[in-house]
Amino acid sequence: MTQLLNNEAHQLKVLKTLYLIRDLEEEIAKRYPEGKMRCPTHLSIGQEGVPSALAPLLFSYDLAVSTHRAHAHYLAKGGCPKAMIAEIYGKATGCSGGRGGSMHLIDESVGFKGSTAIVGNTIPIGVGLALSQQIKSEQGISVVFVGDGALEEGVFYESANFAALKKLPVLFVCENNLYSVYSPLKNRQPEGRKLYKMVEAIGIKSTHADGNNVVECYEILQEKINLIRAGSGPQFIEFDTYRWREHCGPNYDNDLGYRTAQEFDNWKVREPIARYENWLLENTLFTQNHFSQIRGQVTGLVQESFEFAESSPFPDVSTVNDYIYR
Amino acid sequence: MSCKELTMAQAVNVALTESMEMDESVICYGLGVDDPLRIFGTTANLSENFPQRVFDMPTCENAMTGVGIGAALNGLKPVMVHQRLDFFLLAMDQLVNAAAKWHYMFNGQSNVPIVIRLMIGRGWGQGPTHSQNLHAWFAHIPGLKVVMPTNPNDAYHMLKQAIQDPNPVIFIEHRWLHGQVGLIEKGSHSSIGKAKLLKKGDDITIIAMSYLTVEAIRASEALSKNSVNVELIDLMTVKPIDWETIYESVEKTGRLLVLDTGAETGSVAGEIVAKVSEKCFAHLKAAPSRLAMPDIPEPTSYGLTKQFYFGAKEIAEKVHGMLLENVDSSLYRELDTEGHHDIPGSHFKGPF
Ligand SMILES: Cc1ncc(C[n+]2csc(CCOP(=O)(O)OP(=O)(O)O)c2C)c(N)n1
Ligand SMILES: [Mg+2]
Repeated sequence: MTQLLNNEAHQLKVLKTLYLIRDLEEEIAKRYPEGKMRCPTHLSIGQEGVPSALAPLLFSYDLAVSTHRAHAHYLAKGGCPKAMIAEIYGKATGCSGGRGGSMHLIDESVGFKGSTAIVGNTIPIGVGLALSQQIKSEQGISVVFVGDGALEEGVFYESANFAALKKLPVLFVCENNLYSVYSPLKNRQPEGRKLYKMVEAIGIKSTHADGNNVVECYEILQEKINLIRAGSGPQFIEFDTYRWREHCGPNYDNDLGYRTAQEFDNWKVREPIARYENWLLENTLFTQNHFSQIRGQVTGLVQESFEFAESSPFPDVSTVNDYIYR
Repeated sequence: MSCKELTMAQAVNVALTESMEMDESVICYGLGVDDPLRIFGTTANLSENFPQRVFDMPTCENAMTGVGIGAALNGLKPVMVHQRLDFFLLAMDQLVNAAAKWHYMFNGQSNVPIVIRLMIGRGWGQGPTHSQNLHAWFAHIPGLKVVMPTNPNDAYHMLKQAIQDPNPVIFIEHRWLHGQVGLIEKGSHSSIGKAKLLKKGDDITIIAMSYLTVEAIRASEALSKNSVNVELIDLMTVKPIDWETIYESVEKTGRLLVLDTGAETGSVAGEIVAKVSEKCFAHLKAAPSRLAMPDIPEPTSYGLTKQFYFGAKEIAEKVHGMLLENVDSSLYRELDTEGHHDIPGSHFKGPF
């Protein structure tokens, strides 16, 4: 019962989110060498498709948790871009007051409950959020963003089993970008393994999609989220996608030789944003003019976010003791 | 014997290479051991030279620790490596409930010769979960040995010994030390369980560990200009501690300052202060003291970490205060490091 991406507001939201993630992160990459963003930073450039498709499908009462590579998820969930950039700059106005940095994002006001830096760390936490929603009979669902590497941690199986057992309203969004740092999947999974098939065997309904085909992502996500909202238990979706830049940091690292130029080029052709624009041009009333107008707005927001971060103060050293306990 | 100048990362690499050449039971694995960056260079060439015995692993720290324990029980000598200590926290069950106790709880019938290499650090936005100095946790567990070398030579010798040690050894490398250059002396005697007297002095004993030894050396030099003669000991092994060397020094100087890269409460420094108070009380001229990290998670922000760490200057001022009371704030200005506080200073040849 796939539902088409025929809602104009949703089409627009997806487009804006794609632009915002891409342009904000390109600006991070550009400015990172200035040495003012002094924390490990994992960019999602190339992987904007899945979070952007998800953006119009979640409400602020839905909850989400994420990983070290969380910028896109935070932004798609509606997290404040200014507070995110300020956080990466270590400023007092950052979403974690500078305590967390790029890997520790939070925006409680939109249900983004936190991203953390240890692989697998937020998987059970997301399941716990779903448990609370079930027990309190809340209307929301919980989204757990994971990478392919996180599925190798024992805690994933333990959490997935519990989610299946209790039929919890949780959506596992797995962005399979083929690598964990520089380690390809073939170093980490037996030949022929399909991640989503393995998860299915745990008792979670699982599917697979092209994560760089935004329309396909939207339609699958819409269908599965509706099922979760209707009370049918957890869902797992594995999306194929690809990170363009280095695992951590602003540069390209294809020169290191852990992946081939050909592989990279093949994925660049499947670029999520241009593909989506083409789809809009062919199937909707959107025109190139709309694109440049929307992109212009996003550029403004990006510039504003960096100005905000740059001009914000560092947290006062005397506050370092705050928040150890409540 | 032969002398060669290497960085600490290279020294670790040589120790691993020689161990694997010499002993076919040594295996080496961990996330990224064969990737292009080779764990900061420490595992360079290993997968080429020993393709069967060196391998990358899935992201599953707890299971792979257990796998290493199993392999060790049947005659292998695994060396597992983690790019941050924090990642290894997932493996506490296998380490604490199995590796550390196997020899004891089965009445000495079998043992677990495994080495776990862990990187600790500070600064540059590593933040709350990528910089933790939790050596005291491991020191608290009976059955584990915990090693924290400061220079390439000690790292080389102690890693080779750790690999041949019949017990589980936690081998802790500070990221600010990987670039440290030094001579490898093949005949030298740095060994697990032995602290090293780096500088003789009569006024106060300073016990340092890992990166703080570098800061303590600078502090001692500045203090000597103010006629304070420090006796400096590099602890090197935080479990088991070389009490003899410590007692002997404190009985001579009558004063003690212990430096610890970890948080103060429950620290190794606290343990040393306690033991010295018990055993050397009659010799003490002043209350033994310690400098450790505050009991605060390490924040990421450049702004918040400005006064978070301590270094040579704070050490010198502390010692000066313990001996001569009033410290003029300009006295140790030479120890101020130029540039950013969150990277090693100009005196220091180290990457992040
Ligand atoms: C427990 C743990 N082990 C190792 C790491 C180091 N690490 C950081 S990100 C990462 C890669 C994880 O890969 P994946 O889940 O596929 O996410 P991706 O980076 O591809 O988005 C690793 C191994 C970590 N942070 N935590
Ligand atoms: Mg991945």
